[in-house]
Amino acid sequence: MSMQKDPASFEQAQALGLNEDEWGVILKRLGRTPNQTELGIFSVMWSEHCSYKSSRRHLRKLPTTGACVICGPGENAGVIDIGDGLACIFKMESHNHPSYIEPYQGAATGVGGIMRDVFTMGARPVALLNALRFGSPDHPKTRALVSGVVAGIGGYGNCVGVPTVSGETNFHAGYDGNILVNAMCVGIAEQDSIFYSAAKGAGNPVLYVGAKTGRDGIHGATMASAEFDDETEAKRPTVQVGDPFTEKRLIEACLELMQTNCIVAIQDMGAAGLTSSSIEMADKGGVGIDLDLDKVPQRETHMTPVEMMLSESQERMLIVLRPGKESEAQEIFERWELDVALIGKTTETGHMVLHHKGETVCDIPIAPLGDDAPNYDRPWVAPPTLPVINAGEIAPGDPAKALLSMVQSPDMASKRWIWEQYDRHVMADTLKASGGASDAAVVRVHDTNKALAMSSDCTPRYVLADPYEGGKQAVAECWRNLIASGASPMAVTDCLNFGNPERPDIMGQFVRAIDGMAEACRALDFPVVSGNVSLYNETAGTAIPPTPVIGGVGLIDDAATAMGFGGAVAGDTLILLGETTGWLGASLYLRDIEGREEGAPPPIDLEQERRTGMLVRTLIHGGQVHAVHDLSDGGLACAATDMALASRCGVHLMASDTLSDAAWFFGEDQGRYLIAVKKGAVDALLDQAQQAGVGAKVVGTMKGLDVVLGDAMPLALDLLSQKHENWLPAYMEDA
Amino acid sequence: MNAAVIVFPGSNCDRDAVCALRDHTAKSVHRVWHRDTDLPKVDLVLLPGGFSYGDYLRSGAIAARSPIMAAVQAHAKRGGLVVGICNGFQILTETHLLPGALMRNAGLKFLCKSTPLRIENADTPFTSAYDDHGETAIPIAHHDGNYFADEDTLDRLEGQGQIVFRYVNNPNGSSRDIAGITNKAGNVLGMMPHPERAVDPLTGETGGLAFFKSLAGAMA
Repeated sequence: MSMQKDPASFEQAQALGLNEDEWGVILKRLGRTPNQTELGIFSVMWSEHCSYKSSRRHLRKLPTTGACVICGPGENAGVIDIGDGLACIFKMESHNHPSYIEPYQGAATGVGGIMRDVFTMGARPVALLNALRFGSPDHPKTRALVSGVVAGIGGYGNCVGVPTVSGETNFHAGYDGNILVNAMCVGIAEQDSIFYSAAKGAGNPVLYVGAKTGRDGIHGATMASAEFDDETEAKRPTVQVGDPFTEKRLIEACLELMQTNCIVAIQDMGAAGLTSSSIEMADKGGVGIDLDLDKVPQRETHMTPVEMMLSESQERMLIVLRPGKESEAQEIFERWELDVALIGKTTETGHMVLHHKGETVCDIPIAPLGDDAPNYDRPWVAPPTLPVINAGEIAPGDPAKALLSMVQSPDMASKRWIWEQYDRHVMADTLKASGGASDAAVVRVHDTNKALAMSSDCTPRYVLADPYEGGKQAVAECWRNLIASGASPMAVTDCLNFGNPERPDIMGQFVRAIDGMAEACRALDFPVVSGNVSLYNETAGTAIPPTPVIGGVGLIDDAATAMGFGGAVAGDTLILLGETTGWLGASLYLRDIEGREEGAPPPIDLEQERRTGMLVRTLIHGGQVHAVHDLSDGGLACAATDMALASRCGVHLMASDTLSDAAWFFGEDQGRYLIAVKKGAVDALLDQAQQAGVGAKVVGTMKGLDVVLGDAMPLALDLLSQKHENWLPAYMEDA
Repeated sequence: MNAAVIVFPGSNCDRDAVCALRDHTAKSVHRVWHRDTDLPKVDLVLLPGGFSYGDYLRSGAIAARSPIMAAVQAHAKRGGLVVGICNGFQILTETHLLPGALMRNAGLKFLCKSTPLRIENADTPFTSAYDDHGETAIPIAHHDGNYFADEDTLDRLEGQGQIVFRYVNNPNGSSRDIAGITNKAGNVLGMMPHPERAVDPLTGETGGLAFFKSLAGAMA
């Protein structure tokens, strides 16, 4: 029996990240010692990255159903109904570990991977977003990481020809050793042409298409399931190399094949490559699978079975065909000059059987890989409750000086240097993208009057201060951004970036953030349809700030009603919707102006959030507003400045009778929007707000060419704009 | 009047070009696969933007040797209209239907932004609906848009009215701010900006409308 050649040892299993219990389960299920190939397969399938062994039981708490949901988590991406027989398919995923080690290829392949998750299901990708977190600008590696990641994201998406429409970029020393690169892809499909991964039926041919298999990315999934240490640089060979030209051809060829009646199931080869794609398809279809590894197109010579099975070479797909459709399918891929090979068939055995050079090199039952996958209830401790900071104890400060400093702070400064490197307009349906003066990106559904709004959000300093409220806030802010763009929020994907789950304090952050997210998603009818968990974002025992990024999608029925914050005109009155208490705890002002990272973050009243959002949507649909901007980092002053710069018109904000300038202008109370309305419409609008149970207050006027905060010194728009625009280019060019 | 849009394996602005031509210029628009050897009977051939072969060699170098390009050259020789946008412009220089070359942007980075342009010659089939020496704005999105030619060639382009579009604020280091040129006969145009992305007020860009209207007029 060749399977019993090269038996594996427990020490080898440990080196691949398996523990003693997991090793015991393998021995029991096989009734023998696994060989090297089999051990490799178990180790990647049971890695944190593939098995979600620390997170699974907690993810179940998230609401995943709703009127719009066609397919929730469990497939390659989530699917929602956007009417007219169309579906929106979307997902966000992390590529953190590879991007730190090799920023260009790490980020590029992150974009490639998330696109494959979306077109695998039958959708044409129509938009890309990204959420980036880098270390402190002063850290010696940050500049090169920014440069490489941005070039990688652009290099891939620009070539494939899918617009990169939106993103967020933050800097914090907490990410010095572990940057975050989260990419989201949104696609559109016909509802009657959605493809799933269950390979039902035995005897069906298995087709391999796309790029050849090389030795790149072996054990990438295992790398993403461990902390970094001093040896991290040595992991460079586990980073894959992307080829967007192949991806482009793969998209076109797969979408073409999907127009035929050839496909039973289709799956991209992502993490753990051929292993996870074949096992997931067979497992979901309740069948076995036989593969002849000699038929796998190979880029390198003398590859071993385990290398082929664990390779994470990019731009590859596995397709189970209806019998007799082999040549029809192969012809399509050959026309697009892609590798294509029949490498096996589905069977009735329930086993994965691999053949290589005339020998059977693996024979393992498939069901236990899923059924017996570890599922840990990791111990966790409740995060400490931080004191609420009384705004009265913060110096009132000079608001003009603070504003000028904040518009050029790393987190608030313009990211033009980044997004000008992304093709934002290819496909010619981008209505609002980065720099487009809108809280969400807006992309028209091709050849219709509808549009999709999309946004990715997280405020890590809130999540760090209070994971529960921070989790709620990430969801609520995303919902708010969609509302402010004129959309009806529909559903979200999430990308949960945390530290080592084996540490109870980190696990506590994870558990409580999910609790908060679940509550907000439920209250706002904003189900989670897909997502990704990235744990072990730690270096030498220091974890990143917990960063559960929420990627939301909303629908705009009439694209012409899409709203932004660049339409205010001189003479408009500014009205603040929502309640203001002057909350400075965990605020950007407290951190960047006072140098204090302290205090409880602003709480969110989800009922109030919903009421306020519905009012804003009504106002937008009624054509009653010129501009809408949600209040987030930097509060009222920063939102009004954004509006002034985008509208090319000055703004005068009044001071508060009751709150200090710091609290009034920079407090970060949640659930608030700033709207610009015609002067004559103010009274009716205030009445309307009162009837809706929403706080509304006139706070200023659009006029002149300065931003004026109460009695403080006026700041010229030109000066603000120059400072806002100059920080990032100056930083990047200061090599 | 009919148009053809050539589809290379890495073209990614082909659909955008087809839509703009369909909505503003032509009665019928054919997509023609790069491996075909014959063109349908058309008045205009458009080489769209994208990364025809991944741009792994010089941008446009491999596409210039695609089977369909012989037919495109014959069409040009007969006086038929040819437009190359972005990667299409690169392909036209690699095919020598247009002089010069497009090098990496002076800033070495991919650049996507709305770009003010001056119409240097409105007496062409591509620009007749623009005001002569007027300004418009059309977005660019390229890594290799830095137009280069030797001084004699540049002087000749100037002298013969072959410079059609010039950047108002040169974004990529192009010689003499060149954004678009024609051949000497005036029937072949290459330009880096993307007019097909600037035909819809909802996108905030409409500077390409006059381009497609000009073509419609030329083809009427």
